[in-house]
Amino acid sequence: MTASSTDPGHVLILGGTSEIALAIAAALARRGYGLILAGRDADALQREAADLEIRHGVSVTTASFDALEPATHPAFWQSLNPAPAGVVCAVGLLGDHGVARTDFNHARQLLDTNLVGCISVLDQAALAFEQRGEGFIIGISSVAGDRGRASNYYYGAAKAGFTAYLSGLRNHFASNASRVRVITVKPGFVATRMTADHDTPALLTAQPEQTARDILRALDGRRDVIYSRWYWRWIMLIIRLLPEPVFKRTRL
Amino acid sequence: MISGWGNYPRTGARLSAFCSLAELRTLLAGDTPLIGRGLGRSYGDSALAPTLLSTACWNRLRSFDADSGLLVGEAGVSLDDIIRVFMPRGWFPPVTPGTRFVTLGGALASDVHGKNHHCDGAFSAHVAWCRLMLADGSIVRCSAQENPELFRATVGGMGLTGIILEVALRLRRIESAWIRQHTRRLPDLSSVMQAFEEANDASYSVAWIDCLQQGGSLGRSVLMTGEHAPATAIAGLGQPRAPRALGVPCNLPGWTLNGLSVRAFNALYYRRAPRERTELADIYRFFYPLDAIHHWNRIYGRRGFVQYQLVLPPEQGRAGLPAILEAVAAAGQGCFLAVLKRMGPAGAGYLGFPREGWTLAMDFPARPGTFRLLDRLDRMVLECGGRLYLTKDARMPREVFEAGYPELDKFLAVKREVDPHNRFASLQSQRLGLT
Repeated sequence: MTASSTDPGHVLILGGTSEIALAIAAALARRGYGLILAGRDADALQREAADLEIRHGVSVTTASFDALEPATHPAFWQSLNPAPAGVVCAVGLLGDHGVARTDFNHARQLLDTNLVGCISVLDQAALAFEQRGEGFIIGISSVAGDRGRASNYYYGAAKAGFTAYLSGLRNHFASNASRVRVITVKPGFVATRMTADHDTPALLTAQPEQTARDILRALDGRRDVIYSRWYWRWIMLIIRLLPEPVFKRTRL
Repeated sequence: MISGWGNYPRTGARLSAFCSLAELRTLLAGDTPLIGRGLGRSYGDSALAPTLLSTACWNRLRSFDADSGLLVGEAGVSLDDIIRVFMPRGWFPPVTPGTRFVTLGGALASDVHGKNHHCDGAFSAHVAWCRLMLADGSIVRCSAQENPELFRATVGGMGLTGIILEVALRLRRIESAWIRQHTRRLPDLSSVMQAFEEANDASYSVAWIDCLQQGGSLGRSVLMTGEHAPATAIAGLGQPRAPRALGVPCNLPGWTLNGLSVRAFNALYYRRAPRERTELADIYRFFYPLDAIHHWNRIYGRRGFVQYQLVLPPEQGRAGLPAILEAVAAAGQGCFLAVLKRMGPAGAGYLGFPREGWTLAMDFPARPGTFRLLDRLDRMVLECGGRLYLTKDARMPREVFEAGYPELDKFLAVKREVDPHNRFASLQSQRLGLT
């Protein structure tokens, strides 16, 4: 409820119709940020924009964005008006792992969406923020990128790459002494349409609003890499520490 | 297993939420009977069917005109949503039932009424238009002027004409989030009915009746009336916070509500009520006292309860109400509180419940004795020319329904035109022959 006295600017939300994206958008709007929702489905974006605008009384616009068309990303970035003060990348495709194993086109689609498309558009953001000397990039990666598992290693490989990209970008800006922040978010299970068909353990499944709160807390504080919910940090620590001869026999 | 708010009856069902019109069309393409479902606050079997179309994702606000107060919201938007967003800006739902956890779609399909029915009519009187998706996937807009027959069949139509997509609701301007509440104890039924007549100018009015009283104190009650408090009257009070709800974590054992505990509660309630007092109450306390207890429906235990709400014409009510309350008290079936309210004229809906007269709502634990008593009450209601509320009903016999709703034929004519293959059907509609 802290509508700040100065206009904090607009935040670009990539993948703007996902439930995590919308929960973050609502949390940012409550702080007075304007929003630019970007994605492929213009009608769905318009619907979300109207809702956010009415509920929070901030300006919400929409922009057409396709992670699978990197060639369009420079022009997409240039077209954004006003220029964003920060960006949240919530692009994500879980896909069908079984299909990906037999159809490389689907495997490539997972890599192109979750890794290549995100890098391509965030490069635009990084350049712009570097010139301006400030800005923030929040990348929604995944615990799936911490260690490859039999059930989703294409998605996991893409997220591992994305995590590494965000880490490198953060390193770049830190040594650059600029005021650009890069935050890596690694959600575990979140109750969304993406996971609706998967039986996730209720105790370990967060609501999108909880993940949004965790992210806003990171933006307020100094954390660079957050897990959401917090316990995933410890779960993944154990999973990463398992020796490979043991890990390879697990069914996680 | 899923049920209405009364936890009776229960049935197996598939709950499917749609997040886009395309997804909704796909769901309509199947062949099992469907019915829309919002927050599950209808009591009986009106939102039960093999496939339930949940509006849980279909809950976005579409537009708001800050000059006229016209809000367009999707069917899954709840009154709680509306209050949280718009009350701080000086707007309030024009009609609200006793819970704010109802959706726009459900409120229109039930054509709900509130404590202001005698002044402002039911929910649909404040609906500029609505859009619905029919069984064939087409989308139609209707209002009192546009497709009026479809509108009249849809408001109060229990979701049987199609899936309500959006509702355009005219919000009411309020100066504050507070109600100037006037409370009075009344010793018997004739005095409370008299008091209602005298309070006909009050914006809101309702009475809670102690159903355990018989003879001279039959109808002993507490009458509450209220007005929106002007800004000048609430100096320093500001916006109230929604109370943090206490919860009933599980179904209570069946013996919790026994004659003794209930008698003690009612005596306490009546004693604690002031003989006569005026005070400021925030809207949560005035309109939604039961919302402060999440899952209060669980106090009736695993077997659930049925609610019985009737309306009687004004003159017949004078004789009918005492007879009904006498029968309820004598039967001792565990109804302990009844809600009495004066109603204004009927609205547009062919199956709308409200009509000029007296409405009485009572809860009963779902057990055999209750059903025998309700069969007896049915006959008394029909003799008085009254009818029962579909949104509360889980057991009304078909002939009782047909006798109470003279515009049923008009409803059925529309139903057969827009839904010839009965895609939209609830357990209730099948029980009552609404096909």
